[in-house]
Amino acid sequence: MRSVAEVFARCRAEGRGALVGYLPAGYPTVDGSVELLTAMVEGGCDLVEVGIPYSDPVMDGPTIQAAAGRALAAGFRLRQVFDVVARVTAAGGNCVVMTYFNPVLKYGVERFAADLAAAGGLGVITPDLIPDEAGQWLAASDEHGLDRIFLVAPSSTEERIASTTAASSGFVYATSIMGVTGARDSVASAAGEIVARTRPHTSLPIGVGLGVRNADQAAEIAGFADGVIVGSAFVDAAERGGPDAVRALARDLAQGVARGARPA
Amino acid sequence: MSTSTGSHASGRITASQGIDTPSGHEPDEGGHFGPYGGRWVPEALVAALDELETAYEKARHDPEFLTELDRLHRDYTGRPSPLTDVPKLSRHAGGARILLKREDLNHTGSHKINNVLGQALLTKRMGKKRVIAETGAGQHGVATATACALMDLECVIYMGEVDTRRQALNVARMRLLGATVIPVKTGSRTLKDAINEALRDWVTNVDTTHYLLGTVAGPHPFPQMVRDFHRVIGLEARAQVRERTGRLPTAIAACVGGGSNAIGIFHAFLDDPGVRLVGFEPGGDGVETGRHGATLTEGSPGALHGAFSYLLQDEDGQTSESYSISAGLDYPGVGPEHALLKDVGRAEYQPVTDAEAMDAFALLCRTEGIIPAIESAHAVAGALRLGKELGPDAIILVNLSGRGDKDVDTAAKWFGMIGSDESAESADGTAIAEGAVTEPAGSFADAGSKTEGIQA
Repeated sequence: MRSVAEVFARCRAEGRGALVGYLPAGYPTVDGSVELLTAMVEGGCDLVEVGIPYSDPVMDGPTIQAAAGRALAAGFRLRQVFDVVARVTAAGGNCVVMTYFNPVLKYGVERFAADLAAAGGLGVITPDLIPDEAGQWLAASDEHGLDRIFLVAPSSTEERIASTTAASSGFVYATSIMGVTGARDSVASAAGEIVARTRPHTSLPIGVGLGVRNADQAAEIAGFADGVIVGSAFVDAAERGGPDAVRALARDLAQGVARGARPA
Repeated sequence: MSTSTGSHASGRITASQGIDTPSGHEPDEGGHFGPYGGRWVPEALVAALDELETAYEKARHDPEFLTELDRLHRDYTGRPSPLTDVPKLSRHAGGARILLKREDLNHTGSHKINNVLGQALLTKRMGKKRVIAETGAGQHGVATATACALMDLECVIYMGEVDTRRQALNVARMRLLGATVIPVKTGSRTLKDAINEALRDWVTNVDTTHYLLGTVAGPHPFPQMVRDFHRVIGLEARAQVRERTGRLPTAIAACVGGGSNAIGIFHAFLDDPGVRLVGFEPGGDGVETGRHGATLTEGSPGALHGAFSYLLQDEDGQTSESYSISAGLDYPGVGPEHALLKDVGRAEYQPVTDAEAMDAFALLCRTEGIIPAIESAHAVAGALRLGKELGPDAIILVNLSGRGDKDVDTAAKWFGMIGSDESAESADGTAIAEGAVTEPAGSFADAGSKTEGIQA
């Protein structure tokens, strides 16, 4: 499978939501992150988000901050993300990168896009880049056939949802709540609203992230969204039980998204 | 027409003039100063930034807002701040005439109040009840806590744990004023991380909360709006210098951390090509050591905390940790308009080391009876350097952005009046009086000896 659209289309054809899992590259080491991400794929993640650890992650809560901090302390270097993506792709995963944008600016937007595409990456999720500032990235992603996944939030106006979805490809990332990453008990009500508000503006699949931690929540969200995105809960699992715990959580969540599939 | 227009006619500068009269150097519609500025933020914050921009644009043309701002700055802040001739200090500056713009005499002890009162008034107009802010040295936190007490707003201040330790007095001041102070224990535990934590709070509580950003950095409209609230510094100083000396200054010296006091005093002189604008960055132990906060001198363009500007970063775009003896300048970013002024050559930026700043600190204390903030001492050191370069005919205007009460502890340690593990409040005053010293980094008794032979 060579595109994000194909991943979502296959899940749709199978009558289920897509499961998207996040873990940072280099956590706890570069090799360790390849193992964890591969376990995620084996457990049933349709798409994996390979995070780039960053010194100032303003959209992340304590769990992911700590994991990214650990990767940086272990000496993670940006160029290693391409190695991680290539290895996870070779193991059968479909990878997008999730990154704050300054590391990409410093590496060079065009060079980053070229190297990611060469490694087999399918796209980039940009939590602190809005289309208004994305001129260079729009051009580079077009040039190298990468999907650009921008975010919409419960605070987004209709006008902003329209312009953001118009600039997006692959899928649209809807943040379920106002806040930073981190597992929460309840996310569905605001999430339903932002998905419903986004739907009329785009034919792209919509994935919901922020706060999802268990199969029941995944099932509930898969009832109205096309994809369910889980991050902090995977970090917690990795801390608790390494690749085995990550694989088990992915299996559990995969059953959840299958159970709650929205009617076609 | 705003009510302040009448007072312009009488020649008196008021605070509102900085916001109701366009500066002629506005960013584009997206908040860009050349390639810099803009909004490098999560989508979740865009609606709040739009709301703030709309509220500001409305307020700056609303006579009621302008009148209230002027009343507060006159009766509460104590504006206009005076201009002080410092002839004995000037003898150490090659004879150039140094004039100090006394923002240290404002209520709360620094220029920060100019911006804080404006944004607190805007918070009320937006119907928000809760204010959050970051602080480094604590000056912006104290000013914000003050405005929130005055205007009945809930106040939460994020401050790096390293800074809560080195600026304990200001933490106590904020709490006395009714603010909650949250020590930030992530990352380098300084100003940069306090901003990260404030942004995380804002993303979560943006419906009810205003982020009262304390400098000319961050996403649009902050760099423009905060600048405009500080433009009064330069507008007043320009009129005061002309009245006092009959001409414009030769050069202007200001310290630059995020850059708010510098942009405030520079702005009124941007269209006076004969006036040199010089920003002094924290050189720490010397830029060659890597331990500094000289962002414009040593940094490169990138995105941090919502704006594209210069920043200190490694080759992977990870933010580098800055260092300065001055907590208020210890920041690896800088406001985007400064980045543009540097690139186009309208302003220049030079580093001043901890040692140079502390030497100037001692000199100003001893020659003129003024204890400056260590931040502002960087500008004083810069003026001494400029004076020697420009000679006795020069007039150098210094923005004395803050007073040094908060820095007594740091200074007493630097000059060896107390040990490095003591605090001035708890130390034995008799020992301080009798001059017990253990290898001080600088000599207070010999202030000025390294400049040009003390003559006072």
